Amino acid sequence: MSTTLRINGKSHQVDLPDDVPLLWVLRDEVGLTGTKFGCGVAACGACTVQIDGEAVRSCQVALSDVWGEVTTIEGLGTPDAMAAIQQAWVEHQVAQCGYCQSGQIMQAASLLAENPAPSDAEIDEAMQGNLCRCGTYPRIRAAIHSAAQKMQEA
Amino acid sequence: MASFKKIARRSFLIGSAAIVGGVAFGAYYVSRPAPNPLKPGDGEVAFNPFVMISDQKITLIAPRAEMGQGVHTTWAALIAEELDVTLDQVEVLHGPAAKAYYNSALMSEALPSTGYDKSRFMHSLGELLGQAGKLLDLQVTGGSTSMKDGYERMRLAGASARETLKEAAAQRLGINRSQLSTREGKVVAPDGAEIAYTELAADAARLEPVDGHLRPRSEWRLLGKSQPRIDMADKATGTAQFGIDVRLPGMKFAALKANPHLGGRMNGFDAAAALQMPGIETVADLGDAVAAVGSNTWLTLQALEAIEFDWGAAPVPATQAEISGAIRAAFDAEPNSTLRDDGDAATLPEGAQEVTAEYEVPYLAHATMEPLNATALFDGSRLQIWCGNQGPMLVRDHCAKALGIEPEQVEVNTTLMGGGFGRRGEVDFAVYAARLAGQMPGTPVQLTWSREEDMTHDFYRPASAARFRGAVKDGKALLLDGQIAGQSPTAQAMNRWIGLSPSGPDTALTDGAFNQPYGIPNYRIRGYAADLQVPVGFWRSVGASINGFFMESFVDELAHAAGADPIEFRLELARDEWGPAAKVLEAVKEMSGWTGKTPEGVGRGVAMTYSFGTPVAQVIEVAEEEGGIRLRKAWTAADLGVALDPRNLEAQMSGGMAYGLSAAMFGEITFAEGAAEQMNFPDYDAIRMHTMPQVEVRILEEQAHIGGAGEPGTPPAAPALANALFDLTGKRARRLPLMHDFDLLT
Repeated sequence: MSTTLRINGKSHQVDLPDDVPLLWVLRDEVGLTGTKFGCGVAACGACTVQIDGEAVRSCQVALSDVWGEVTTIEGLGTPDAMAAIQQAWVEHQVAQCGYCQSGQIMQAASLLAENPAPSDAEIDEAMQGNLCRCGTYPRIRAAIHSAAQKMQEA
Repeated sequence: MASFKKIARRSFLIGSAAIVGGVAFGAYYVSRPAPNPLKPGDGEVAFNPFVMISDQKITLIAPRAEMGQGVHTTWAALIAEELDVTLDQVEVLHGPAAKAYYNSALMSEALPSTGYDKSRFMHSLGELLGQAGKLLDLQVTGGSTSMKDGYERMRLAGASARETLKEAAAQRLGINRSQLSTREGKVVAPDGAEIAYTELAADAARLEPVDGHLRPRSEWRLLGKSQPRIDMADKATGTAQFGIDVRLPGMKFAALKANPHLGGRMNGFDAAAALQMPGIETVADLGDAVAAVGSNTWLTLQALEAIEFDWGAAPVPATQAEISGAIRAAFDAEPNSTLRDDGDAATLPEGAQEVTAEYEVPYLAHATMEPLNATALFDGSRLQIWCGNQGPMLVRDHCAKALGIEPEQVEVNTTLMGGGFGRRGEVDFAVYAARLAGQMPGTPVQLTWSREEDMTHDFYRPASAARFRGAVKDGKALLLDGQIAGQSPTAQAMNRWIGLSPSGPDTALTDGAFNQPYGIPNYRIRGYAADLQVPVGFWRSVGASINGFFMESFVDELAHAAGADPIEFRLELARDEWGPAAKVLEAVKEMSGWTGKTPEGVGRGVAMTYSFGTPVAQVIEVAEEEGGIRLRKAWTAADLGVALDPRNLEAQMSGGMAYGLSAAMFGEITFAEGAAEQMNFPDYDAIRMHTMPQVEVRILEEQAHIGGAGEPGTPPAAPALANALFDLTGKRARRLPLMHDFDLLT
């Protein structure tokens, strides 16, 4: 059965069973490997993408339930043309192993879209589903504040 | 140090490997040449195994596992400092598996010496030295050794390449090499004319390598200053390639399932139903596990659930209580090691107050963010394998053995790692992929473990028990006598890695307790090896992750019994024993504004652990809040001797502490019928954004030797937090994880 998805501004025809989670459609079918597999049970946030701007755990969204335009980390910016939030990640040298950071950035981007100047408590609330085993949280927090400021100045 | 003059272009002398961290190995000296593994392309020159220059580009080899610690950046900076190139001018590659990339510092971590005091190096080394040859061949990333290993060797590699390029330019210009200088990838002539290294590569290829002098620190451009990490932009844009991101033409996806009853056999399985499922092509028997192979990883994971297995029983006791009993039973046998026995620890000093306490810590999983995986392609005679790993030669040799081919027929491609923490020093994930690829010649296949498979098939940080006894008088510690029992991770790992069964003392059993820089007149630490077959291995900071908690919890109990301030009590013990240990304590005292008093509802604790050559002190502040006890702030100071990249060291210290706090608060693996009972993050949680304290880090450079960075931040975290909880609640934390006994914010 063929399904059409809009991902990062492009249409993709995929031929997979309806119940395959979006995560595995992106990674193994579409070839967008920036979105990561971490736990498969929505407990780590490594697979976070946006659907119509809302941060979701792509490991829990079945192919047939994808309700809108999908944005992945690749759609946010590229090494040569980074989004403001990605620039903030580089400025603060956030990543260690880096495996969770796609999910962290997609979650943070969604937070900033609804709340352009989040407090520490609001960052806690929005980001607590995103695990980082390297413990980069202080720099993630700093990068979110920094991106918020840049985006407001822009 | 080895002279680079003696190093032929095609070989690399393994010299002075025995002189590590200032520890003399006596007569043992390794001097076998190892071939340069680099295979330069047309017009490309390999100056040594670490520097390759073509007419197009400059490539540096950083043959250590990049698992988040920033090693590729700092390793490349060591070479670049002397080569005179900038980091954005070069390409940095991990390179192949090769003897030339042996870790010269690894053995120092296994030596039964305290480390900080080299004069204590007098224990029997016979057996260790016998193994040194095999160990020294290993290209391993572990033991927080990369910078100790590379600090001089990589600068020499860069200096030699630089001088050789200058010699090529000197001959071209008909002047003396000493008249030339270098800058940003170019040789500069006296008249200011510049020749790019890339233009000189072909000429330099015809010269014998020239030795270069190392520059004094005052002339460093890159080292000692924070460098932007070379992997940062890729990691911020999802373009960094981890093992799980490898994509090859025609590649199949596969998922693994092995016996959850660890060490048990696979008696049989029925895959009939699985084979009918969508996207499934085959189910492969891998001996003691199966792999479902198909078009999509998730479909193969579903298929595994439909297979009926007949699993054999695990060779371990049926309940966690019995396992804990077997660990404590080790106290009844003779100690495996007594690596410190100062004064008379058997006798209670006259007039002193005796203090005793027993502690326990659980088994722990590594839980790297990237679940284990490997990708392999077997063409009928040669195997190519792609995976994140901490030991490429081990991967090569074990995969070769699995397929009955020669090690030379295996090509190991080491990718970025979504965490390692010691787990990727094992080879099981690579061997399973090799076995699977061997059954489907010509087809590349990526074998992924589910999170549940990863967590239930770990080589766990051993659970351990401790009995401590001490004595205080007039506010001072007079006696500390610790007994520690647990499985030996070294014995198991050495057996798995290279088929050795070391029977001597395992420093990992008591590391973090026997070698602490405290001048206690009667100080004895005995280790007892528990005879259990639970799979155990190296977990970030290894023995110090266990014994740091035992030791620093007990030192805190001694301070309390002595009526002393916990920082002042430690300072008193550290000052005369080893200055740098006192310095890190003084630093956190100052940073935290320590007064020894905390307001109602707030607690503070301190701990200091010396491990992997680096003393680290931490103060943690906790507070009662609605919803539970919050970790508000943490202050940490570490003495690295030479701080090669301050911002990256700050990240390692903060991250190492977070890893230790995660385990201290929430980490616990228990076994039923030999199967791990925790499967995924909901039952093996870690510290998160809202539970992480604010962190302040200070890096000191007081000690004479360069210290390790990746691990030493972990050990003091658990005791600093436990001691803070005591200050807050009056209740001692004598077992981990703390969530069982304290109302922590979750």
